Amino acid sequence: MSFFADVWDWFGDGANWTGEEGIPNLTLEHVQVSAAAMFVAVLLALPVGLVLGHLRRGGIVAINVSNVGRAIPSLGLLIVAALIWGVFDTPTGFGWVGSFPVFIALTALAIPPMITNTYVGMANIDADVREAASGMGMNGRQVLSRVELPIALPLIMAGVRTAAVGVVATATLAALVSFGGLGRLIWDGFRAQDYPKMFAGALLVAVLAILVELALALLQRAIVSRGLRRGGDRIVREIEAVDTVLDPATAPQS
Amino acid sequence: MGPLLVLAGSGGEIRHKLLDWPWVSDHYDLIWTDLREHVELTVLAVLIGLLISLPLGVLAFRVRSLYGPILAATAVMFTIPSLALFMFLIPWTGLSRTTALIPLVMYTLLILIRNIVTGLDGVSPDVRDAAEGMGMSRRGQLMRVELPLAIPAIVAGVRIATVTTIGLVTITVVVGYGGLGELMLNRGFQLSFYTPVTVGFALVIVMAIAADLILLGVQRLLTPWSAKRFRTAT
Repeated sequence: MSFFADVWDWFGDGANWTGEEGIPNLTLEHVQVSAAAMFVAVLLALPVGLVLGHLRRGGIVAINVSNVGRAIPSLGLLIVAALIWGVFDTPTGFGWVGSFPVFIALTALAIPPMITNTYVGMANIDADVREAASGMGMNGRQVLSRVELPIALPLIMAGVRTAAVGVVATATLAALVSFGGLGRLIWDGFRAQDYPKMFAGALLVAVLAILVELALALLQRAIVSRGLRRGGDRIVREIEAVDTVLDPATAPQS
Repeated sequence: MGPLLVLAGSGGEIRHKLLDWPWVSDHYDLIWTDLREHVELTVLAVLIGLLISLPLGVLAFRVRSLYGPILAATAVMFTIPSLALFMFLIPWTGLSRTTALIPLVMYTLLILIRNIVTGLDGVSPDVRDAAEGMGMSRRGQLMRVELPLAIPAIVAGVRIATVTTIGLVTITVVVGYGGLGELMLNRGFQLSFYTPVTVGFALVIVMAIAADLILLGVQRLLTPWSAKRFRTAT
């Protein structure tokens, strides 16, 4: 048990809580680049998925984009981005994203599962529901925003959660290509054979990933209409049944 | 064959060529070793994952109240970043193949169990009744009716698990068993040498596509009755 005592002591050491290599700053770096990537990825992926799903077009592309995304190794993408932007400079105006190559790799990984889930969520909505909505005199835009989007929301959020967890995990790997974030503790601890430090870093990263998942689950509860959670359970369950076999919800893990 | 593209660097310095064919042909052995290690780890992880998932999936299917907890447990495992999971194990299993394999197996469980249960759920009650009416035991029904009918969903899960694992194996480079990750990180990135990165990256993607197609073929062979009718969702 002395190993865990060492880990405990590591957390208790004030030196590990200050400066650039301190827990607060590394956590901030980790969250900053992850949040920036998720923000941009949501802005790019959701509109594409919503519009394609609403028009029922491009389904093959929308569904397969996450299969292709899954085949792309996240570490490979980070390495490529790090090599490219080790050569070129970070474009001006991108200071807020943290480390630019990491941001690019994370964004690229986050987009596919969100496009697929959004598309599947939209495309699986009962045609009767859409017809009823347009029969009530709604135009296409209203059907999209007032009927389809709310019904598709559980699946859209599943995609967002998958992407976010993947992003937080992949941001950890940024340490392997010399960038910051909580992965630094893991990787530096590993290379110095400082196992308590390494273990503490792994613990922090795992907790962060689970917190992100929980926070998004709470957000989902807050924004999904109650009718869809209870009475409308059937619709959601049917969509989820399709989802499980199609499985857009399992994104490239890293 | 010359370089495909010179990305940057001092006048086409070999290190900064995107692909330097002479290096590739000089290092076939190295590339082959890494590729083989990658395939071995992937196959082992998915097979062990399947061996664990099949009984758990059948259990969750029969004892419904266990499905929630099993899914929740595997989902938590799935949420933990792989680098962290490898590191949790190092103090106990060291830099070994076991350390690489355990997380890889853990990540396959959520995908496999979910698809096994969905597949078993998808068997029509009529078919089940008919099997029972023919006097099949519960075990006989499972082995000869339910599991065979669930094959398309199960194989769909195996495909996703395999492709995911192929990507994850690159990260096991941190415990010294990285397959093509070895090529990309240690031979490529550490030396700012692009060719191994390009080769590793391309081979990982080719492997993922090849594995997916092979498994699709396996599914067709296992379920000759569904050749035309069942369109497999991928």
